[in-house]
Amino acid sequence: MSDFETVAATENQAARRGVSGEPGTPGRAGRPERARSLAGDAWRDLRRNPVFWISLLLVVLVAAMAVVPGLFAANDPRDCVLSRQHAGPSGGAIFGYDFQGCDTFARAVYGARASLLVGALSALITGVIALVVGMLAGYFGGWVDAVLSRVIDIVLGIPLLLAAIVLLKRVSTSGDTVRLFAVIFVLALLGWTTAARVVRSSVITAREQDYVAAARMLGAGNGRIMWRHILPNALAPAIVVLTIALGSFIAAEATLSFLGIGLKAPTISWGIDIDAGRVHMRESATPLIVPSAFLALTVLAFIMLGDAIRDAFDPKLR
Amino acid sequence: MTQSSARPTPASPTPPGGHLLEVRDLHVEFRTREGVARVINGVTYHLDAGETLAVLGESGSGKSVTAQAIMGILDTPPAYVRGGQILYQGRDLLTRPEEERRQIRGTEIAMIFQDALSALNPVFPVGWQIGESLRERAGMSRADARRRTTELMDLVRIPAAAKRLGDYPHQFSGGMRQRVMIAMALALDPKVLIADEPTTALDVTVQAQIMDLLADLRRDLGTALILITHDLGVVAGVADRIAVMYAGRIVEHADVRALYRAPAHPYTKGLLESIPRLDVRGQELSSIRGLPPNLMAIPSGCPFHPRCPYVQQVCVDEVPHDLVLGDGRTSACHFAQEVHDDSAG
Amino acid sequence: MTAPADATKVRGETILSVDHLVKHFPISQGVLFKKTIGQVKAVDGVSFELRRGETLGVVGESGCGKSTLARLLMRLETPTAGRVTLEGRDLLRAGGADLRRLRRNMQMVMQDPYTSLNPRMTVGDIVGEPFEIHPEVAPKRSRRQRVQELLDVVGLNPEHVNRYPHQFSGGQRQRIGIARALALRPEIIVCDEPVSALDVSIQAQVINLLEQLQDEFGLSYIFIAHDLSVVRHISDRVAVMYLGRIVEIGTEEQIYQRATHPYTQALLSAVPVPDPEARDRQTIIRLSGDVPSPADPPSGCHFRTRCWKAEEVCAVQDPQTVPRAADPHPSACHFAEVRTDV
Repeated sequence: MSDFETVAATENQAARRGVSGEPGTPGRAGRPERARSLAGDAWRDLRRNPVFWISLLLVVLVAAMAVVPGLFAANDPRDCVLSRQHAGPSGGAIFGYDFQGCDTFARAVYGARASLLVGALSALITGVIALVVGMLAGYFGGWVDAVLSRVIDIVLGIPLLLAAIVLLKRVSTSGDTVRLFAVIFVLALLGWTTAARVVRSSVITAREQDYVAAARMLGAGNGRIMWRHILPNALAPAIVVLTIALGSFIAAEATLSFLGIGLKAPTISWGIDIDAGRVHMRESATPLIVPSAFLALTVLAFIMLGDAIRDAFDPKLR
Repeated sequence: MTQSSARPTPASPTPPGGHLLEVRDLHVEFRTREGVARVINGVTYHLDAGETLAVLGESGSGKSVTAQAIMGILDTPPAYVRGGQILYQGRDLLTRPEEERRQIRGTEIAMIFQDALSALNPVFPVGWQIGESLRERAGMSRADARRRTTELMDLVRIPAAAKRLGDYPHQFSGGMRQRVMIAMALALDPKVLIADEPTTALDVTVQAQIMDLLADLRRDLGTALILITHDLGVVAGVADRIAVMYAGRIVEHADVRALYRAPAHPYTKGLLESIPRLDVRGQELSSIRGLPPNLMAIPSGCPFHPRCPYVQQVCVDEVPHDLVLGDGRTSACHFAQEVHDDSAG
Repeated sequence: MTAPADATKVRGETILSVDHLVKHFPISQGVLFKKTIGQVKAVDGVSFELRRGETLGVVGESGCGKSTLARLLMRLETPTAGRVTLEGRDLLRAGGADLRRLRRNMQMVMQDPYTSLNPRMTVGDIVGEPFEIHPEVAPKRSRRQRVQELLDVVGLNPEHVNRYPHQFSGGQRQRIGIARALALRPEIIVCDEPVSALDVSIQAQVINLLEQLQDEFGLSYIFIAHDLSVVRHISDRVAVMYLGRIVEIGTEEQIYQRATHPYTQALLSAVPVPDPEARDRQTIIRLSGDVPSPADPPSGCHFRTRCWKAEEVCAVQDPQTVPRAADPHPSACHFAEVRTDV
């Protein structure tokens, strides 16, 4: 309702010129004007948003687990004794033990590192590719757009699992670190298209805006227009897509590991544990439920965080 | 264009059986994330058979929201009716069940909008869209509906109507689309037609055609018309009475000639003086200072007082009641007589 | 800020001249291999001169090409043909540093105050951007002060530099747009429907501001609008456009009192006058039909399909926009006459 917005968004301020020389409506005169910035306003908004705090808490918790898992789990996740197979909670093992007799909770805590690393790095690489491709295609249009859009279509047409199986086969015998980065590489290579499309369409929308024409009339070059006028207005949707993508990359890593083509033991990851837990679900469901819950909560936390940040950075919603 | 001499004045006695349509002390608020906006604050007006009432106001004045309340098409949330009555032939629409209101929409009261392109469905032919209510609600056969649709399109002067039944909205020009909208609104022969800024999106030459059409339809069919607009020029040509809205209230209500001759509310006076006239080349335009009010913090007393050249302490303290002036018109201003005399002199 | 009081700059001399400006947009078909199947003749041979210190009003209905004309003058579109001379240089062929310098002299105020300001920039950044693009205009230290001066000049509170556009009303945003256009101290400002998106009570404030700024800085305006009353109020001279051409051009008085082109006469007669008594005296010329598509304009005179005076010659011979016997101002009609029935 634009009518309404006009009135509501108004702060009464003296329009001194052309108004019969008299001051206009007395507004909040005398109140000192605080310097405001977009980030500052966004922060003030976020501070009052409980969804932001809950999701941030979860993200920080998972990140802390990834960095210093020892703080959260008392037991060594690799200290497995078969005699404790499916034993109930005891000592530090609050969720008991799995089929191998390892501490279920400790394994979930230690699994955060691999999952988060895969998610964050894939999202970062994806973001860079998507911004560059989307920006070029959307801003320049014409044949640049035609070529890049076809590339996006082609990559989008590749089935993720099939391509991952083919590509990761080559590193199936390599070391842990190589495998980890191979997974990141594969996910980013196949996962940037959605974000690129989002960036492209928001760049196209921004490019047609009058304020871009206004900048051009002032003599601004392509670089300035892209950097100052288009990027900030195209970033918000990209951030949301990337935060959600981060969640889904974590889930994808788990899927690949679950299928046995991603990470492998002795690396600890939620996907590996979910796979192991599934096999012995009938004997004890806890070793399946715990890593699954960690995975679901982490993915959810990132999605909620992305949503909250998007809302805060959109001045029109305020 | 001369008006009939039997034109009712604002103070015209209530006809036997009451007014055709009457809005009484309507209050509507919008509840939003930022707070509660009081959009309609006690609007009262009426409409009798066959007359044209103009509701004039700027954006945010509540002129369209009142019409949406009459039609029962307010979005709740955020809009909530907080009080008042909307009487159609003596029945209070606000207390009626949705089913009954739906019956009244179209058959008794119909509405046309500013943006005809978005009000029409792009994937159906216009003939089909005009005929829809004839088939669905009047229960006509396909052939009858088709015949009646052609008649309606002739009535709104769409050339070669029979040939254009199968055309899609994008194949029509802006003016022709507005005619299609009017034909749709008239399909079930309503007694009241509400036109919300019907010509705002159109060019002047086309605007004149549409306003002529509306005036002729009123004369030939006897449809009463509520014309909602921000354009003082459009009102001057067709309306009998005019209600001027500001901050969700009616600030002045008068016979259209009397109002243009000598406005009795400072807001109306300011508006009339601030628009450039085609027939008079003036020097600097006198403008209304300041900005329309924030509906979440409407000024105390008279809502217009921060912008008013006549402002006194009483305006800040007391909400002005409708002052009835000699010729049966009303003005919600503490100094209505003074303003009126200033404008007349 | 002081007005550019240069002795060499004479009020009334020609500052901008536009010569047979043409813009045809190709209509293309096909996805992969684009084929041009026609031309939309948005601007079809427009010529006029703008004099220093004057306001030239450009009126016409939607689709007449007036907004395309503005975009051509601002070099937002590439013209098909024609010449625009500014400071003795051909604006349309200027490039690089030349174009940047010419841009400093001609700026635009846009119609929509909601989309013409970047929502993610503060008002200070928006009004200060011209100085970033043309750093030679104001040294870095003085920029903030210059921005605040500009805000003051357009009637905004200079302390509001850190606010965002959405914190202002429509009229205030339009003032921000005007401040941005003024920053480089141009001599010419193209106003494309600058008040049509504003509320009636706010329009007068913005029109008065534009007039004050003109007096203060000796600006020349090209004022594009569909509202004939507003154009009459602000303009010294007026050009009437129809289907990509100027059909009549003259002083405000010539156009509004002694129009000789039937289209101008019809347009003027249709304007709703806010006075019921004047309305009774008003004789409206009712044009039949709609404006033809600019992709397929009628032969000869573009207006002939809606004109009550049209004869055979109108379909064959294209009337030139030249002074006519009826009144000595240019009018593109074979049967130019002053209307006598009003």
